[in-house]
Amino acid sequence: MANAKKVVLNPLLDNNPIALQILGVCSALAVTTQLSVTLVMCVALTTVVAFSNMFISMIRHHMPSSIRIIIQMTIIASLVIAVDQFLQAFAYEISKSLSVFVGLIITNCIVMGRAEAFAMKNPPFISFLDGVGNGLGYSLVLIVVASVRELFGSGSLLGYQILPLVENGGWYQGNGLMLLSPSAFFIIGFFIWALRAAKKEQVETREFRMAGHTEAEEAV
Amino acid sequence: MSSRESINKTLLVAFCLCVVCSIVVSGTAVILKPMQDANRVLDRNKNILSAAGLYDPAVHSDEEVAEMFAAFSPRVVDLHSGEFLSESEVSDLGIDPASYDQRTVINDPELSEAIPPEQDVADIKRRVIYPMVYLQQQDGELSTIILPVNGYGLWGIMYGYLALEADGNTVKGISFYELQETPGLGAEVRNPRWQALWPGKKVYDESGEVALQVVKGTGSGQYQIDGLSGATLTTRGVDNMVEYWLGENGYGPVLDNLQSVSGD
Amino acid sequence: MEQLLSLFVRAVFIENMALQMFLGMCTFLAVSKKVETAIGLGVAVVVVLGITVPVNNLMFNFLLREGALEWLGLGGMSLEFLGYLCYIGVIAAMVQILEMFLDKFVPALYNALGVFLPLITVNCAILGATLFMTQRDYNFSESVAFGLGAGVGWALAIILLAGIREKLKYSDVPEGLRGLGITFITTGLMSLGFMSLGGISL
Repeated sequence: MANAKKVVLNPLLDNNPIALQILGVCSALAVTTQLSVTLVMCVALTTVVAFSNMFISMIRHHMPSSIRIIIQMTIIASLVIAVDQFLQAFAYEISKSLSVFVGLIITNCIVMGRAEAFAMKNPPFISFLDGVGNGLGYSLVLIVVASVRELFGSGSLLGYQILPLVENGGWYQGNGLMLLSPSAFFIIGFFIWALRAAKKEQVETREFRMAGHTEAEEAV
Repeated sequence: MSSRESINKTLLVAFCLCVVCSIVVSGTAVILKPMQDANRVLDRNKNILSAAGLYDPAVHSDEEVAEMFAAFSPRVVDLHSGEFLSESEVSDLGIDPASYDQRTVINDPELSEAIPPEQDVADIKRRVIYPMVYLQQQDGELSTIILPVNGYGLWGIMYGYLALEADGNTVKGISFYELQETPGLGAEVRNPRWQALWPGKKVYDESGEVALQVVKGTGSGQYQIDGLSGATLTTRGVDNMVEYWLGENGYGPVLDNLQSVSGD
Repeated sequence: MEQLLSLFVRAVFIENMALQMFLGMCTFLAVSKKVETAIGLGVAVVVVLGITVPVNNLMFNFLLREGALEWLGLGGMSLEFLGYLCYIGVIAAMVQILEMFLDKFVPALYNALGVFLPLITVNCAILGATLFMTQRDYNFSESVAFGLGAGVGWALAIILLAGIREKLKYSDVPEGLRGLGITFITTGLMSLGFMSLGGISL
């Protein structure tokens, strides 16, 4: 059980899919202006990763390597279609604002990446947990980004006004930059900085080292 | 290992996978379809009601939406003649009012047409010739007409509904149900506080020209609406949309005929 | 013609796949360390997008959309829910065919692109462009212009980023930001720059 716990918790901070593995960045940026939309996206993605991992792991001994990728793709795409249909039926408003990004879960590298790297080598249950863990790691970054963007951009969280906006008679002037997409890059950049300040082992090695200034007499 | 890679095994696995996946996919799609369709209709009705200033998401439940919407009757109009089509004319065109979606027939050569560039103020390229408008009757009298409108904003076409009172001249409200404008700037056209500026404004001046404008900065008088700060192009897009659809190439002729149907 | 040209320019600059729509980010960030590789990947993306978007457009219009199967006597049927599966199938198949074709007839290009081709299947810019195409209901010629434009835009963005990163590696970046962190912030700044093109109306 200690192992299971590790599989779930490890991707949160130690091996975060977005901050360290560079997987699944695209949707992290586009769906984070509103926290409520982000939460649905997180749930959808976690569901897809967990189940695709489980199914792929279940049939991993029967998978001919020649059609391996296309089988994985088919399983993932079927799951995404199912999730998309459920969203359209039960959360229509949110599915409208997610628009094409639900479909893009298919090509979200987290799903493919974990299927290849983990589910192909491990039994179903632990693969399922790995999917949950990676889904949560992804969710963590998204929720942080979305909270910052919604709070400072429109002064609210989950639609509840926290900082009353000037337009609505309050005092807070909404920060327009936060609502624009580039801000997501800055926030993730700073998130990575904070994470690596805390966990030194994730810092990348430098390719070049700046030499100190040379003294005048040496140069002559 | 060898058995896993054999051709028979490959085909068998591929076949089984296809069967299972197709059952899962079509199963969910078919079972959930009625709910999705209901959602789509409900969403459209909410937008229509909110253009008429009747719907507040915080107050009204979905059942109340259905109840309020019962007062609205859909009518297909002909933009060329400005006439309200009768039921038989509508079915002659092959339109089923229950499932008619003017967004999907936009490329149908029989039901839609290209707008000549010199007339295309709203920059939408094509339009449906027979749009569906909604009439609200109150105590046997026409009280509101709701017109589907669209126009190009900053990033893409904005779709919405514009509600006018029975005189065809006083604005009752506006709502947008689909747009790609910048959140916080252009997308503020969805802000209820901004939409609240619309009711009561007049569309046509004494000479019958469209005088309603969305202006940059602060508007004044009964014909002008304040633009959105920081969203000049979206503001201009809404302005063009109003100019096109209420003008004589848009719903102008239909609105002239409005008095003729009020007795229906 | 003019309309197609403006659609192309829109897709390259105003609706840039990488910097405005944020699609294909994983490869964008991972394979942008050298200008040379960025150019290789960029060209591959242009080719694949230029082929798959029109092919998916044909498939959507003649097989999937509501009423498309009328010639089979299945007028009211809509297979739109199968969309994702079909598109990804087309993309995977196209990439595979392209790979075999290049291997056989243009080995020089194959060797240059080789490693990147399989990567492209999971590049969300490709699927994303297809989904935008169906959502905006482009016709065939528009889908060609949009596919190529989206590809060129993405290629342009990754080559620009690679150029910046080549210079950036000589700079003294704070420890925690080194590598990925500073790349995110650079991309954010580039994206801000591209936003200024948003006001161009075509």
